[in-house]
Amino acid sequence: MLNELTIWELAGKLERREVSALEIMRACLDRIERVEGSIHSFISYDAADALEQAAAADRHLVGGTTRRQKPLLGIPIAIKDVLAVRGQPLNCGSKILGQFISPYDATVIEKLREAGAIVFGRLNMDEFAMGSSTENSSFGPTRNPWDTSRIPGGSSGGSAAAVAADECIAALGSDTGGSIRQPAALCGCVGLKPTYGRVSRYGLVAFASSLDQIGPLAKDARDAALVLGAISGHDARDSTSVEGTAPDYTAALDGRIKGLKLGLAKEYMIGGLDGEVGAAVQAAVSQYEKLGAEIVEISLPRTEFAVATYYIIATAEASANLARFDGIRYGRRVEGSDPIDLYCKTRGAGFGAEVKRRIILGAYVLSSGYYDAYYLRAQKVRTLIRRDFLNAFDKVDAIITPTSPTAAFKIGEKADDPLQMYLSDIFTISCNLAGICGLSLPCGFTASPKLPIGLQLLGKPFGEETLLRLAHAYEQITPWHNEKPPLER
Amino acid sequence: MPGNFDVKYVAHLARIALTPAEEEQFGAQLSNILGYIEKLNQIDVSQIEPTAHAVPLVNVFRADEVRPSLSNEEALANAPAKANGLFIVPKIVE
Repeated sequence: MLNELTIWELAGKLERREVSALEIMRACLDRIERVEGSIHSFISYDAADALEQAAAADRHLVGGTTRRQKPLLGIPIAIKDVLAVRGQPLNCGSKILGQFISPYDATVIEKLREAGAIVFGRLNMDEFAMGSSTENSSFGPTRNPWDTSRIPGGSSGGSAAAVAADECIAALGSDTGGSIRQPAALCGCVGLKPTYGRVSRYGLVAFASSLDQIGPLAKDARDAALVLGAISGHDARDSTSVEGTAPDYTAALDGRIKGLKLGLAKEYMIGGLDGEVGAAVQAAVSQYEKLGAEIVEISLPRTEFAVATYYIIATAEASANLARFDGIRYGRRVEGSDPIDLYCKTRGAGFGAEVKRRIILGAYVLSSGYYDAYYLRAQKVRTLIRRDFLNAFDKVDAIITPTSPTAAFKIGEKADDPLQMYLSDIFTISCNLAGICGLSLPCGFTASPKLPIGLQLLGKPFGEETLLRLAHAYEQITPWHNEKPPLER
Repeated sequence: MPGNFDVKYVAHLARIALTPAEEEQFGAQLSNILGYIEKLNQIDVSQIEPTAHAVPLVNVFRADEVRPSLSNEEALANAPAKANGLFIVPKIVE
């Protein structure tokens, strides 16, 4: 089936005119119709618009446009409901945005269109990207394609599930503390969080502005490289996007990793690490040694403080960013006796429980009398966490860790205990605090039930090429990324 | 502070109306989270500069020139209440 293929396989078929973009898009839409009832990756999708884009891509192909000119020509890429797509709804998995329709395209959407992609769908997510399970969506949870009684991870759970279930060819997600990498790990796909500044955030609904970054979820490392290449680069509309053009990430995929140094952090061998996950990561480390990488023990001494630091900084920034949802300029409004009453009622009715908790926590750590004790202290610990990573990268080219301490858990299992949910982010959040890049790729399965296990590679600032090189080399000697979930085909 | 975390007061600062059930639930959960966050007091940060941002950046300036932006109609398209090209809000001044 065409929807099961990778971007690079499809691009070859399109170029040789063996298939049309319309056929690929139809294959994805057929698949969505068959499996959405059990997965619910999408909040909505506009099939007519997607087919129109496919027809336009076919006209380009007939006109002689090449893969070189438009590397994603005719490839359906689905979008997390946190990115603005002109003329399409945008809800961030929340009720508060009501019937909001985006008046413009995010920069990454413009770039995908320039590269020829068919941009479609609104992928489910934890409300405002706050969560690790997609259970916090006000549109209902997404289910893991490998076991529909389990969560797909979050907050980009819809993105990961849609890629894993072959409902699209690749997807965009956003990652503030692991929201691309953790769902990629739990659904068995490749997810990449670029270095802060690599990808423009213009048109991304802000959660925590010093941590947020947009990135690809894909079926393998080559596809992740193709999508990252298309969306990267400087943008004058995001003052935190870095100058200069991005490299051709696919050029790094030559399978050669001999002599690269991989760091193993002793602090990541924690008590809560599941035995099967630990064993799969150990096996991956051995395979990297066989490929010629050198394994070096490193130390990241502030690891145990990362979760606490993150939940101060991220909530503080969120409390400021989400102040804009006040019922005045867009979204739902609940009338009140005066403006303050209107704000309180609108936000009380519009936000879900986790978003309320985090905004309240953020307002508290920034409030008079507590700013120094919480927020300023967390920013200082952030300095130490970043320093730990930069020191480690003096000795190694990348760091190898599990992505998540366990495979996918059951829907409802952690829903009543937010702190337990936060602690499952232990391996992913430091990456955002330090502003480095990270990638998750499949490295095995648990035995019963059969659930994907993710391997995380953390790289130097702007070291995405090294991560993709490492991931691609590993894929050449392992079968994991080719396995498909046991859904009705 | 976890013991006397006043969820009602902070929720009002954040402009979020809570039901009594939410006040009770969030109060307990946030006290638990704040208890965990106390962990950061174990680290000596007296000689450490804060990091607001992981990438060293200087101010980014551009010329102060009018550029294309949303039209009035587009800007108001998602408004919950509008009239005469304006947002309608509750009365602020008597």
